[in-house]
Amino acid sequence: MSAPPPTGARALILRLRSGDEVARLITLTFASTILLVTAGLVYELWSTSSLSRHKFGLGFLTSSSWDPVTGQFGALPFIYGTVVTSAIALIIAVPVGLGAAIFLAELAPARLSSAFTFFIELLAAVPSVIYGVLAMFTLVPLMRDYVDPFLKKTLGFLPIFSGTIFGYGYLTAGAILAIMTLPFIISISREALLEVPVEQREAALALGATRWESTWQAVVPWARLGIFGSVFLALARALGETMAVTMVIGNDPAIHASLFSPGYAIAAILANEFTEATGDIYLQSLICLGLVLFLLTIVINALARLLIIATTRRGSAHP
Amino acid sequence: MKKSSFWLGALGVLAILLAVAEAKVLINAAGATFPYPIYGKWFDEFTKADPDAQINYQSIGSGGGIRQFTEGTVDFGASDMPMTDEQISKFKNHPLHFPTVLGGIVPTYNIPGVTQELKFTPEALAGIYLGKINKWNDPELTKANPGVKLPNNEIVVVHRSDGSGTSFVFTDYLSKVSPEWKSKVGSSTSVSWPVGLGGKGNEGVAGIVKQTPYSIGYVELIYVLQNKLAYGSLRNAAGTYLKADLESVTEAAAAAAKNMPADFRVSITNQPGKKAYPIATFTWLLIPSKIDDPAKKKAIVAFLHWMLKDGQKDAGSLGYAPLPKEVVAKEEKQIALIQ
Repeated sequence: MSAPPPTGARALILRLRSGDEVARLITLTFASTILLVTAGLVYELWSTSSLSRHKFGLGFLTSSSWDPVTGQFGALPFIYGTVVTSAIALIIAVPVGLGAAIFLAELAPARLSSAFTFFIELLAAVPSVIYGVLAMFTLVPLMRDYVDPFLKKTLGFLPIFSGTIFGYGYLTAGAILAIMTLPFIISISREALLEVPVEQREAALALGATRWESTWQAVVPWARLGIFGSVFLALARALGETMAVTMVIGNDPAIHASLFSPGYAIAAILANEFTEATGDIYLQSLICLGLVLFLLTIVINALARLLIIATTRRGSAHP
Repeated sequence: MKKSSFWLGALGVLAILLAVAEAKVLINAAGATFPYPIYGKWFDEFTKADPDAQINYQSIGSGGGIRQFTEGTVDFGASDMPMTDEQISKFKNHPLHFPTVLGGIVPTYNIPGVTQELKFTPEALAGIYLGKINKWNDPELTKANPGVKLPNNEIVVVHRSDGSGTSFVFTDYLSKVSPEWKSKVGSSTSVSWPVGLGGKGNEGVAGIVKQTPYSIGYVELIYVLQNKLAYGSLRNAAGTYLKADLESVTEAAAAAAKNMPADFRVSITNQPGKKAYPIATFTWLLIPSKIDDPAKKKAIVAFLHWMLKDGQKDAGSLGYAPLPKEVVAKEEKQIALIQ
């Protein structure tokens, strides 16, 4: 003979007493703060930019004038600068970072690998303003006197490598972003590669693969998700990076074809103009730019996720 | 025994803290970053002279200062540019502007091979920033600098990227000397610059100029004085070339004093007078004309009197130009308007 299962409030009390339910509720609360913060952020950005949204509408995204004197505001040069500098950063940082991670995880002796890892994690913790100063005093002259003239001489027929060289501009900003995102890519990719079971490598080697073939065809595809994750994190940092970018991008709100030209990024103009912005439409247009950056991050992240899904379906057995 | 004496001591400390907190009038202010070094010193010294009042100042920028002042979250504000009529219209009681010190803005440049000090005409400066004069050996520049071998190199123009009172004054000056600048660009804390690179803060502009050959930028006088940078002289409205220093900046305010509006909302760029440096500006405290709390009112009024008399003596040593006596006398009268 068994008692009927308790119902209603009694049941709740019983479950609470067991402890599991308490833990579940507490962790649920903590997890939901993330949603709450995100929703609050969107609401705040949306509501405090209403004046600018109503006045400019979708034209805000396609207009390239930014004139606080006449009150004309458009986001296009900033979107362009943010996307271009982040793209340059990834084009440089992904191959280098992945190569370094493969060396550290697969080829380097364990001692060397852990010593390297220590330094990489140290680099990841350096504040961005330090990178900015480093960029202003070393990277800018280096780009102006050596890298940019070399690119202009060899690839100058391309519009992106032509025009006047200042040392400040998209390319330099992209380069410092590459340096800043590199530690993330190396560190996380290395972890992902180390997670790959030894059997995976042994199987490839047993089939007659060389060391490199085993790494490239058996290990890297297995660790693909982790590597993608590291790239996303790097991208997120590049899109939102403020201080280092504003110190070397040249801060010119216009779109230039040449990567040597000065440009602007969304986070950079927010840092530059927010404190002294007077007038409602000016301030709200800056907040609207914040909203644009938020949406841009979501769109790019969504595209990246689609990319993963697409490649996973086509790819090997690993999830 | 030990424990109880500890608690007794703690209670005593608490009592003292409470007594101190009770006796002090705490005044909050926020605004411009340019005068922050001297404001910090003033508020500190004023508290020493008058221990009953303590003024907290947040240097969050002129725009932020005006915003917080308008919202009433601070007792008074500070700004490098006067409030506009639109901003003032949001107040029930007209806020008062009190000039505190003066600043000047100077052109700084980096031309390899040129060691002489350059002279700039207003037309040259406007032309360079409009992008119409783009070579260092342009006739407008060589004409004003006989004997200087200016190179045939492109000018790299540098301006402020952050919104700043410095840019406001500089563009205000260019608007006065160049009709084309006025119609095409105008004046504000940030403008749509026709050409050039942007650097954040005085240090950003100076840093880019220092590193980039054939560049020119504009920075605050106090910054070049502190960092011992080279800078050029400028032809003023009377036609004389002047190199900015504290006297020539104060002189600009003295020249403007005759026609100064009663509310001190005035630009003092391009003033007449042989000794007046053309790119000079006041920086203002924004004080409510009606202060409800009598203790706060007393402290603020006392501070204004102290600032106009004793405070002015600190200005020079910190690199700020002091107010001319004509302006001090006018401001003393305005203090009486605070209710």
